[in-house]
Amino acid sequence: MKYIEEFRDAALARTLAQAIGQAVEPGRTYRLMEFCGGHTHAIYRYGLPGLLPKAIKMLHGPGCPVCVLPIARVDQAIELAGRPGVILCSYGDMLRVPGSDRRTLLQAKAEGADVRMLYSIDDAVTLARQLPQRAIIFFAIGFETTTPATALAILRAQKLGLSNFFVFCNHLLTPAALDALLADSPNPGSWIDGFIGPAHVSTVIGTAAYQQVARRYRKPIVIAGFEPLDLLQAILMLVRQLNSQRCAVENQYHRVVRPNGNRLAQDYMAQVFCLRASFAWRGLGTIAASALALRPAFASFDAERHFPLAERPSREHPGCACPAVLRGQLDPAACQLFAVACTPANPLGACMVSAEGACAAVYAYGRQPLREAL
Amino acid sequence: MKTSQPVAAGHPERIELVHGGGGRASAQLIERMFIRAFDNPMLQQKNDQARFDVPTRRLVMTTDAHVVSPLFFPGGDIGSLAVHGTLNDIAMAGAEPLYLAVSFILEEGILLRDLQRIVASMARASEAAGVPIVTGDTKVVERGKADGVFITTSAIGSVPNGVDLSADRAQPGDQILLSGTIGDHGVAILSARDSLGFTSPIRSDSAALHDLVKQMVRQVPTIRCMRDPTRGGLATALNEICQQSGVGMLIDEQAVAIAPAVQSACELLGLDPYYLANEGKLIAICPAAQADRLLAQMRAHPLGQGASRIGVVTTDPQAMVELQTALGGIRLLDWLNGDPLPRIC
Repeated sequence: MKYIEEFRDAALARTLAQAIGQAVEPGRTYRLMEFCGGHTHAIYRYGLPGLLPKAIKMLHGPGCPVCVLPIARVDQAIELAGRPGVILCSYGDMLRVPGSDRRTLLQAKAEGADVRMLYSIDDAVTLARQLPQRAIIFFAIGFETTTPATALAILRAQKLGLSNFFVFCNHLLTPAALDALLADSPNPGSWIDGFIGPAHVSTVIGTAAYQQVARRYRKPIVIAGFEPLDLLQAILMLVRQLNSQRCAVENQYHRVVRPNGNRLAQDYMAQVFCLRASFAWRGLGTIAASALALRPAFASFDAERHFPLAERPSREHPGCACPAVLRGQLDPAACQLFAVACTPANPLGACMVSAEGACAAVYAYGRQPLREAL
Repeated sequence: MKTSQPVAAGHPERIELVHGGGGRASAQLIERMFIRAFDNPMLQQKNDQARFDVPTRRLVMTTDAHVVSPLFFPGGDIGSLAVHGTLNDIAMAGAEPLYLAVSFILEEGILLRDLQRIVASMARASEAAGVPIVTGDTKVVERGKADGVFITTSAIGSVPNGVDLSADRAQPGDQILLSGTIGDHGVAILSARDSLGFTSPIRSDSAALHDLVKQMVRQVPTIRCMRDPTRGGLATALNEICQQSGVGMLIDEQAVAIAPAVQSACELLGLDPYYLANEGKLIAICPAAQADRLLAQMRAHPLGQGASRIGVVTTDPQAMVELQTALGGIRLLDWLNGDPLPRIC
């Protein structure tokens, strides 16, 4: 078992697609939202829309951490990178996200700032050990998938007694975003029939974390893996739930995800982080209790405390339809800026900045009507 | 080629600015390192230029700067890459390379033994390809003003009569052939960067393709165009041809070979093999009627054993490349946007 090829089997995919075709009720449309950008990317990368019956309408959700980070936070990261003695480290796709005035961390680097792309936050701790005279700031972003690694890195830095390692914390919480997506409307979630729940996030927080949202808004949620067969099976499970009017949290990704998630990872997160009162999400607005900050006990590692940053406004392009796209209320291609003024090379809105954003995925993989298969 | 000897004891172990100063130290470096390694009659004349007669055929000329980091990687180094890359640019015109020229920019402080290794590797690559390095230049810049060694190679070649390859000649109905697996060079380079902390059995595919090309154009002179999918990978090279020819393409994902270790590395790092560099692969487009013959010819050559037919040229005024996925769906295969950066989750 290699855990990859098996979940990309073409014959099984056709069987599942046929089963979905048989399961859908005539005349009914199933509007299913994949919350996570990784799923959006996978759906397009494997060409799944072409396999699904017309009755299945996939909506793309806000679960792309790069996309929902407000411009102001990017500006602050660029400001941090410009401070004397600072090395600003981050994961790859954060580096080319434009802040105000279209400036990116890559441009700051070209202008002389020391900006480094890392695969692991652990490398930033190692860098801090090697270069005690420099201030190493890690631009930490992501949902619960990347948060435990940040917690561990801070604990390691504490153990090593490092005084030159800092975290610029932008970690976000999935269930809070899901709740806000549905709550922020007079008719909660009327445009969504069910959800495909995140894969990696759920390995950490478990299926139990979604029970409240499923129950409150009466929406079925199926946690799914990132491979094409995972997605097709999850869609079938959602269709069956909707046909029998159920709204349970089900777990398609049971080879990895447990009901209570990864307790050890949760403990580390709880030890290091506390809830922010609120956080301004790009495209979704300010959501209460939806993001994490370092606990006061770890204040010495908190870049926001150590390097006071000016509050900045996040100005968005007035024509940008990202708020509606992120909620699944508008097709990316229906935005007036899509592929005209807003492209991956020159992204104006949140959903175009990362490869996992809904607009970027549609742009890269399907921006024209595609022919029938060979 | 004579095996290049270590520079005599007593010489500095590192390159110094004086090596680029044009005086005795420069002359000694050129004599003892470059001429000794690249040895040939034209170089031995020690003129500032090489003189030769040219065939009365169409000539092609190209130049390519090489700045790879790290300098040494599994399956090659900047030296062999600088020879292969430029020979391949000549070969993609269906031409036979005749002569190479090389220009080194050396950073003050690089180890002489590293330079020696690179030069020896270039000499081996040039000898194996049967294309001599007939003229060259060396400059040394202050520490910090370059990254170890930069190598620019230029070449000229001659095109056989009746061969006319150009990326604006693809026509709807043509077949698209690919000479082997994709992404090997890109992953080999990534694995050699110590910051990643992963090891991979994958070696760069860096190789000179002109002999493969010679057999191909001899067998099928009507090949429309060839391109080596280097930076930007297969996806970008296909898009370039579509743009230049004003056509579309439909590519069959299952026909595009990717080594399991390359696939695994890409899964792990969040990269797409369609956008990773190759240094020893080519795309060939030919009329459908000749595709079988061309494919057989490619497979008969050591550098084309893994060749396959990966798709067809289509009519598409928007000049887009579409990919039929292994699952049977269809999606776009877009240009590379910026550098391929790994995704977060």
